[in-house]
Amino acid sequence: MTTVTMIVNGEEMTGEAEGRTLLVDFLRGQLDLTGTHVGCDTSQCGACVVHIDGASAKACTIFAQACDGASVTTIEGMANADGSLSLIQQAFQDHHALQCGFCTPGMVMSASDLLARNASPSETEIREWLEGNICRCTGYHNIVKAIQAASATMIGSSQAAE
Amino acid sequence: MPKDQGIGAASKRREDIRFLTGKGQYTDDINRPGQLYCQFLRSDVAHGVIKTLDTAPAKMMDGVVAVFTATDLEAVGGVPCGWQVTDRHGEAMKEPKHPILAEGKVRHVGDPIAAVIAESAEIARDAAEAVGLEIEELPAVVGMGAALTGGANVHDDVPGNLCFDWGFVEENKDAVDAAIASAAHVTKLELVNNRLVANPMEPRCAIGDYDASRDEHTLYTTSQNPHVIRLLMGAFVLSIPEHKLRVVAPDVGGGFGSKIYHYAEEAFVTWAAKAVGKPIKWTSSRSEAFLSDAQGRDHVTTIELALDAEHNFTALRCHTLANMGAYLSTFAPCVPTWLHGTLLAGNYKTPLIYTNVKAVFTNTVPVDAYRGAGRPEATFQLERVIDKAAREVGVDPAELRRKNFIPTDAFPYQTPVAVQYDTGDYDATMTKALEMADVAGFAARRAESEAQGKRRGLGIASYIEACGIAPSSLVGALGARAGLYEAATVRVNPTGSVSVFTGSHSHGQGHETTFAQVVADMLGIDEGQIDIVHGDTSKVPFGMGTYGSRSLAVGGSAIYKSVEKIVTKAKKIAAHLLEAAEADITFENGQFTVAGTDKALGWGDVCLAAYVPHKYPIETLEPGLEETSFYDPANFTYPAGAYVAEVEVDPDTGQVEICAFTAADDFGNVVNPMIVEGQVHGGLAQGLGQALLECIGFNEDGQPDAASYMDYAMPRAADLPNFAVDHSCVTPCTHNPLGVKGCGEAGAIGSPPALVNAVMDALAPHGVAHIDMPLTPRRVWEAIQAAG
Repeated sequence: MTTVTMIVNGEEMTGEAEGRTLLVDFLRGQLDLTGTHVGCDTSQCGACVVHIDGASAKACTIFAQACDGASVTTIEGMANADGSLSLIQQAFQDHHALQCGFCTPGMVMSASDLLARNASPSETEIREWLEGNICRCTGYHNIVKAIQAASATMIGSSQAAE
Repeated sequence: MPKDQGIGAASKRREDIRFLTGKGQYTDDINRPGQLYCQFLRSDVAHGVIKTLDTAPAKMMDGVVAVFTATDLEAVGGVPCGWQVTDRHGEAMKEPKHPILAEGKVRHVGDPIAAVIAESAEIARDAAEAVGLEIEELPAVVGMGAALTGGANVHDDVPGNLCFDWGFVEENKDAVDAAIASAAHVTKLELVNNRLVANPMEPRCAIGDYDASRDEHTLYTTSQNPHVIRLLMGAFVLSIPEHKLRVVAPDVGGGFGSKIYHYAEEAFVTWAAKAVGKPIKWTSSRSEAFLSDAQGRDHVTTIELALDAEHNFTALRCHTLANMGAYLSTFAPCVPTWLHGTLLAGNYKTPLIYTNVKAVFTNTVPVDAYRGAGRPEATFQLERVIDKAAREVGVDPAELRRKNFIPTDAFPYQTPVAVQYDTGDYDATMTKALEMADVAGFAARRAESEAQGKRRGLGIASYIEACGIAPSSLVGALGARAGLYEAATVRVNPTGSVSVFTGSHSHGQGHETTFAQVVADMLGIDEGQIDIVHGDTSKVPFGMGTYGSRSLAVGGSAIYKSVEKIVTKAKKIAAHLLEAAEADITFENGQFTVAGTDKALGWGDVCLAAYVPHKYPIETLEPGLEETSFYDPANFTYPAGAYVAEVEVDPDTGQVEICAFTAADDFGNVVNPMIVEGQVHGGLAQGLGQALLECIGFNEDGQPDAASYMDYAMPRAADLPNFAVDHSCVTPCTHNPLGVKGCGEAGAIGSPPALVNAVMDALAPHGVAHIDMPLTPRRVWEAIQAAG
C-alpha cells in the first residue's frame, strides 16, 4: 500500500492504494465518492468518467498511484458553489436525459468536457463524442437534446456578456 | 396545486437531483461495518463433471476468511421457479434442481462452483483462482434441435432435454390445420429471435448482513421486486420467515427484466453472512453479468399465415423452439407460453390460431423475460409474416394490415387466444405514424438514395401487448405461483404532507415523480408535499414489484384506491368540523366545502384534526389518516401502436443506416408525457439494438461468443437516430381507475419488425426475402450476394 494524495473537487484528499488499485476504486473505496460508477471491466461503458487535470478520462484506465498529485473532478464536484445544478446538470434534468441514473455521472463529465473543447458541437459531433459512454435507458435521444440545449445556453450567455 | 403539476404535466423528475450530483445510492455504494467480499469461482466449461475441488490452497491465503462449496449448503434449497407450465398432454413441465453452487456437475459457462470470502475484493479474486479445480468435460448441448435429438442431457433427470411441449389453443389445432390446407394463399417464414443480454448499466450486486442479537437477516440487492425476493429466498431457499428477513433494493441502475429474478448469488451472501458472522458483499463484474444474468429471447420459429382470396387472414400456425438455458430462471416458463401465445392475434381479427412451443434445456446461460418478454417474439414473427404476405400477394403492407385490423366497434374483443382486448384504435395510430413519417415523400427520398447507389426502404409494424400484469386468478390458472396485484399505503401526515409506500419499484422509470403527480392531482396539493417510498420490505406493504409495464396501471391504481379511501374519510372529518351532512361535502383543489354555503376547510385543517382529534366524531371514526389498498387488475392492459422505420442500405457493404424512426403509440391516458416519451426512446433503442447489433451466441462447446462490451454490440449514440414519437391517439383503459395502459415495453416490441421490414423493402430489388437479426453488415451483404 502506498499513500496517494490528490486534489479532488478542489480539496486535498489522501488515501491508500495498492499498485493495482484503479483510480475509480480509489475514489469509491478510499474517498467514499461513490458517484463515479463501474459499469464494465473493459473500459467501454464510460460510467466512471472523471476529469483528470481538466480533461475527461475513464477512471478505470489509470492507476490511483499514477494520479498522485493530480487534480481530479468527479460528479460530486460539478454542481454550482451554492449547491444548485450546474448548467449541464440542469439541462440533463430539463430534457429528461437520464432514467436509472447509473451512466449519468459519466455522461455529464463527458458532456462538460465536450462543451469545453467545442462550445457548439453538431448533433453528429455529440453522438460521436459519446462513443465511449453507454446508456441503456434513454436511447441517447434526450442526452443529445440536453447537450445541445446546454450548448445553446452557454453560447447565449457568453454572447449576452459580450 | 400549481397548474403545471398533476396528471398530464411534464413534471421534472425529482430523483434526478441525486443522480446528477453523484448522490444516488446504488447497492455497491453501500458498505456495512466489517464487511467482507465474495468472489465466485465459475465454470469455464459448459458441461462437465467436477473431479477435483480443492479449496485448501485458497483457504491458506492471507486475508481469506472462508471458502464454501455445495457440500456446505446441504441444508439450503435450490433456486425456485415461479411459474409452472402444463404441457399439451396435461403433464407438468420438467423442473430440475438449480443448486446455489454446483453439485458435482456444471451445466453452463459461468455456473458457480465455489465462493471465496475475503477481506478485500482483490484478495477474494486472487483466492478464487487458487482453488484447485478439475472438470471432466462432457459433450455440450447447444443447438435446440440437437438438444431434442442428440443424446446428451443437460440434466440426468430430463432425458431428451424437453422442459415442456405446449400447445395453444390445443382445441383449435385441427381447425387451424384445415384452414391452412384449404387457404387461397399461405405465407410461410422461418426465423430466429436472437438471444440478447439485458445489460442494465449497473451490474448486479448483493450484500448479506446478519444481526445475531436479533436473529435478523438483511439483504441489499439490485432487484426490481424486493418482496418477491424475500418470499422466494426466505420460503424456498433459506427457510427464513418474512419477519426475520429484510430485503432492500435501493437505487437500482436499470433492470429490463434481468433484475426480477431470484439469483443464487444473493441467496448465498445472505446465508454466508450468518455462517461467517460478518456482512458480505458481492459485486458482479460485467463479464460475470454476461455469464450469470438471465438472458432474453432465443426462439426459433416457423410461422404460417393463411389468407383467403380477399386477403383476409383466416388462420395462423406457429411452431417455436424456446431456449431455457441450463436451468429454469424464475419466470422463464411463462415467457414463450402465456406471454407469447396469447399475443399471436396481434391487432388482427384472425379467427383461428394455433401455436406449439417446445421449451428446451441447453448448456447455456438461463433465459428469462427481457423487456417485452414473449410479446416481442410474438409481434416479430407476426409482423414479419404479414409483411412477407403483402409482398407475395402484391398489396400495400399498410392496407393489408388495415383490412385485417380489429375494428374500433368490436371492443371489447375476445381473441381466439384467451385474452380479451378492452379497447383500441389501430387505424388511428397507423394513420398517425404514416403521416408523421411522411410516407408520401418516400418515393422522392428513395430516388435520391438510388441516385447515390444506395437502397432505401420503408417498413411498418403494428403491435399490441398485454401488460399491466396481471389478474391474479387468471395467472394462477395459467401456472403462476404468485398473485400479481400491487399494494400501496398512503399515509397522510399531521400537517398534510403525504408519504406513499408502494410495492412498485423504480429502477429508472421515475415513479417518485409520476406517482406524486397522481396523488397531487387527486388531493389538489403541491407535488412537493408528497414523498414516494419504495424498495424496502421493512417499509412498504407486500407488493409484487415492477415489470411487464405494470407500475402505473397496477401500482398506480393501488395508490389511487388508497387516496380514494383517504378522501372518503377526510370528508367525514370535514363534515363533522363544518357541522354539515357528509353528502353535502365537496372536495376540490385541496378544499372541503359545504354545498350551497361559503363554509370551507383546507386540506391541512382536516389532516391536523385527524391526528389531534379534539373536535372529532370519535364514536364512529378512528383518528389518523392512513389507508392501504391491494389492487388486483380485472384484465391486462393493451397498449398498441404503429411504427415506421426508414433505412438506407449500402449494397456494397451491407451497412444499414436508420434514416428515421417513427412511433405512434396508444398508451391510454398519460400522466407524465416527458417520462412516457423517454420510456419509448429507451424501448426503441433496445429493439433497434436487437434488430441491427445485438446477439449472444454459443459455439459447439457452449462457449459464449460475447462476455464484454468489446464483443457484444451495445447500441452507442451514433448508432441511433432521433426518434419521432407520439402518444396523442388515446383509448383509455376501461378497467383501471386511471385509464392508463403502460409504456415501458412498447418500443422494444414494435421496433424490430419495423426495422427488418424496412431493410427487406430496401432489398426487395435484390430478391432478398428474409435475414435473421441482427442485420449486421456481413449478414446483409451475404444475403445480397446469395440472392445474386
